[in-house]
Order: sequence, then structure tokens, then C-alpha cells
Amino acid sequence: MNDAHPRPVTGYVPVLRLGDVLLVTLQGDLHDSTAQQLQQDLSETISRTGVRGVLIDISGVEIVDSFLGRVLAEIAAQSKLLAARTVVAGMRPAVAITLVELGLTLPGLSTALSTEAGMELLARQAPVTRPGSPRQESP
Amino acid sequence: MHTAAGVEACLPIRSDMDLVWVRQHVRQAAARLGFGLVDQTKLITAASELARNTLVHGGGGQMEARQVGRAGAQGLQLAFIDEGPGIVDLDLALSDGYTSGGGLGMGLSGARRLVHDFDIDTTPGSGTTVRVTCWVGRPPRPREEV
Repeated sequence: MNDAHPRPVTGYVPVLRLGDVLLVTLQGDLHDSTAQQLQQDLSETISRTGVRGVLIDISGVEIVDSFLGRVLAEIAAQSKLLAARTVVAGMRPAVAITLVELGLTLPGLSTALSTEAGMELLARQAPVTRPGSPRQESP
Repeated sequence: MHTAAGVEACLPIRSDMDLVWVRQHVRQAAARLGFGLVDQTKLITAASELARNTLVHGGGGQMEARQVGRAGAQGLQLAFIDEGPGIVDLDLALSDGYTSGGGLGMGLSGARRLVHDFDIDTTPGSGTTVRVTCWVGRPPRPREEV
């Protein structure tokens, strides 16, 4: 945390589609309403596009409180009902320490240390099996 | 030495926008007082939980931040003050998993674990003040076995 404070994010968080995955990057300090808007946007986008994975990069997030933690857990739960997996990537160590002490271990959440590792995880968990495409990635 | 400038403040808590300002102020004040990264993160998170309680349960209020010193140690004290309905059963409100507001029930009990000193003063019908203090460089408080 440095002295240059990120401006509060207002409005909405962009949702990018990368093939079979929706990529969301959270930055700075989120308003409660922005987080809730994202939750709605994601479920609508999953249902519209039929993607199989959601990757949420939180490496730019300095704190996750119980509200944002709950939003992340709910995104994962609702995505699962819509046949998509959610991976939260890039949590800062200080955030992880704080969440556990807060009492929020978020057991339903899949995590990865980086966006790249998160993409690999999603590719492994929801392999796109196309007929005539024998290629299978193994770890 | 550090001065009180940039630490002392009284911020309104009336909307979720104000929660953002509360977090930013606590971040700035904690950095100025020399808190490490993990302690800053804990303090901001605790402030966010308590400010949300003030907003959701207390119907809005304010946060007062000030620098405190004791036996050579520096600390940051935050008071969250509302004039809402107060808390009728404090023990219940402080227990993990109890919620009256549709959250996870971790706000008050979780925030208490994130700070060194935690003090709550509530009168049913006339409001609640939660005062928390973190000390620079002090190890976390011992955990009570659950």
C-alpha cells in the first residue's frame, strides 16, 4: 500500500470474454453497489453466452471485507448453478491473513495465485471436448 | 515523530460511498503512523465492517479517528458512532454467525479479532459507539480457543 491511493471505482466493472471464460479484474476500492452490479452482470452474461468459467482477478484489491467476501462466494455459487466454474485469482497475502482472522475462509471458492494459473485451472476443470480433437492437456 | 495531521478526522457514514472514504482515510492514517502492510489491511477491514454496521444497523453516523499514545507506543483509535436503535443482546451480537442484517454475521465478532482493543457502548433506543484501537508493532492479541 503506497501513498498514491487508487480512486474509488464507481459505476461498473468490465466483464471480458476470453473464449470460454469471463475475465473480471477488480481494482482498488469497490463500492458495495458496484460489487452487487457485477454479481448481476456476471450471472446474466453466463446465461447469455454459455461460458464455462469465470475468472476474477483480485490482485489489485487491497481489502476484502465480509461484504465483498460474500459477493465473491455468491458469484461462485450462482455461476455453479449456471454450469460455470469460478476461480478467484491473485489474492494478496495480507488479504488472506485478514479474511481468515475475520472468520471468512470461503470454503466454496476455488483460488489460484495468478490469472495465468487460474486460466489453467479452468481449462483443466472444464475441458472443452470437441469430437475429433484428441488433444488433452495434462498438468 | 509523527504528527496528528492526516490522522485525526471525523467522517460521516451515510452511504456506501462514505464507506469508501472511511477505508481510504484509515489506510492513509495507518500508513502514516507506521503500521505494517498486514496490520494496515486488518485495520482497514475492521473499519469497513464497523462502518457498515453503523450504516446498516445504526441508520448512519460517523467515524472519529485519532492518534493515541501509551507507554511510548503509538496507536490509531477509531470510534464508530450512531444514534440508531442500539444493541439489545450484546453477547448475541458479538457471537460468530449471528446476523440481524442479512450478512454473514461476521462483522462485529470478526472486527473484534482484527484489532487490539475493542470497546462497545450501546444503549437500546439511543445508539451505539464502537471504539477500536490498534497499536503499532504490537503482536496480535492472543486467540481465545473456540
